Amino acid sequence: MGGPAISVRDLFVTFGKGADAVRAVRGVSFDVAEGESFGLVGESGSGKSTVLRALAGLNRDWTGAASIAGLDVATRDARLPRIAQMVFQDPYASLHPRHTVDRVLSEPLEIHGIAEVDRRVTQALEDVGLGPAFRFRYPNQLSGGQRQRVAIARALMLQPRVLLLDEPTSALDVSVQAEILNLLKRLRATQRLTMILVSHNLAVVAHMCDRLAVMSRGIVVEEMDVATLRREEPKVPYTRQLLLASKGYDRAVAARMTNED
Amino acid sequence: MSALLEVEDLRVTFQTPTGPFRAVRGVSFALGRERLGIVGESGSGKSLTGRAIMRLLPANARLEAKRLAFDGVDLLTASSRTLRGIRGARISLVLQDPKYSLNPVMTVGEQIAEAARIHGGIGAAAARRKALEMIAAVRIRDPERVYRLYPHEVSGGMGQRIMIAMMLVPEPDLLIADEPTSALDVTVQMQVLAILDDLVRERGMGLIFISHDLDLVASFCDRVLVMYAGRVVEQVAARDLASATHPYTQGLLKSLPRIGDDRAELPTLSRDPAWLEG
Repeated sequence: MGGPAISVRDLFVTFGKGADAVRAVRGVSFDVAEGESFGLVGESGSGKSTVLRALAGLNRDWTGAASIAGLDVATRDARLPRIAQMVFQDPYASLHPRHTVDRVLSEPLEIHGIAEVDRRVTQALEDVGLGPAFRFRYPNQLSGGQRQRVAIARALMLQPRVLLLDEPTSALDVSVQAEILNLLKRLRATQRLTMILVSHNLAVVAHMCDRLAVMSRGIVVEEMDVATLRREEPKVPYTRQLLLASKGYDRAVAARMTNED
Repeated sequence: MSALLEVEDLRVTFQTPTGPFRAVRGVSFALGRERLGIVGESGSGKSLTGRAIMRLLPANARLEAKRLAFDGVDLLTASSRTLRGIRGARISLVLQDPKYSLNPVMTVGEQIAEAARIHGGIGAAAARRKALEMIAAVRIRDPERVYRLYPHEVSGGMGQRIMIAMMLVPEPDLLIADEPTSALDVTVQMQVLAILDDLVRERGMGLIFISHDLDLVASFCDRVLVMYAGRVVEQVAARDLASATHPYTQGLLKSLPRIGDDRAELPTLSRDPAWLEG
């Protein structure tokens, strides 16, 4: 214990060069404590997923400092994949269509030379609420919710301490969303996971996280604990607008909305 | 008030190798100049219901209904010519994703002007003026500049507003909007809804708003149909959606996380086979 599980300092990410350069993330800093669930909220283009992809090592073209469990993310330390794993938004896109569930779940073990593949795959399926009957199925034989359970199981195969979740339920129906959110909560408690949850949905973040940062146009405009969000007391006008808009349609509110494009 | 649209016992069936699949099973409703929401989860038949009204179904789908009439015209027996006169001009359809609905090799302004020319029977110069007016009406700044842009040069939110401008330029009597704002950020979503809201109020347009988002439909529409497995299981005034009685509707509402709530677990939906018939 002690020290943040995840630390991000002055993170800058730029896509493209010269006049076409897009500064997607412009100086983001935050800490996530061990065992904490941290939300990154924002609209499309705010840079929230870009921050997560940099942490997961999927984008190496960034400046600043980022560490997970004391390991510098920039060094591509081989221990990092065993510490932090990612779950993606669309389970229709993130699972190989011609690999069975068994192969999807065994692969990380084989890559990292971990024994007892059989037992671990069975256990992982059980942990995410899928029975052994699912082991030799292909993704097209699974519903969206079942696919996302497989994607979560895959992320847990290496017994990571950190789970990076990129909109894990926004491609799912609400009744299935509830099942996946419950599963993630349960896994967080039983496996003592630290989580970063990227979402555009304030209610999902309020339900899942202890603390959150609101991003807009590449910067963090506000950081708060979830109690502040639940009391609906954000300080920044942008967050207040987001909060109002998330409560459904209101003609008067819509008239006051500001946007830039 | 005579209904703008009458739908009685609408059925859509697909022939599959394992036998017929009944995707829409006996949907009935009447629509006036109002905002009608159709909500349901994926596979509930809500989108097919919208497309069936336009007679835009895949070739392997069979459409049946006791009555399907728009402004007195029987859509089931209407000729292709009659249908072409109705589609686009009097009934418009807005789909979810502008990326797949706009022509990638034509500027967005030309596409809107084309709609004005074909459905409004006006000349090129008048169509261009009308397109620019409509671009401004959907709250896009600098319509002259945006007119010249290609679809890949506009953001998703702007693309969707352009789609809506194109669908509204012929001044339809009925707009069917299938998840028109699901791909948009909440703030843009609010603005797009305000545009649709004004059109219903000011021009007396009828609107069918198809969505999976119960809260949004409850706050935006006048009346809501809840669909499950191809049937309407409940019909309720939008403001009373929270007190809806069907266990499916109740289950969906309860399964939504809320900003102010501190429930440790969300109740999940256990589907009762009886819902398929009731």
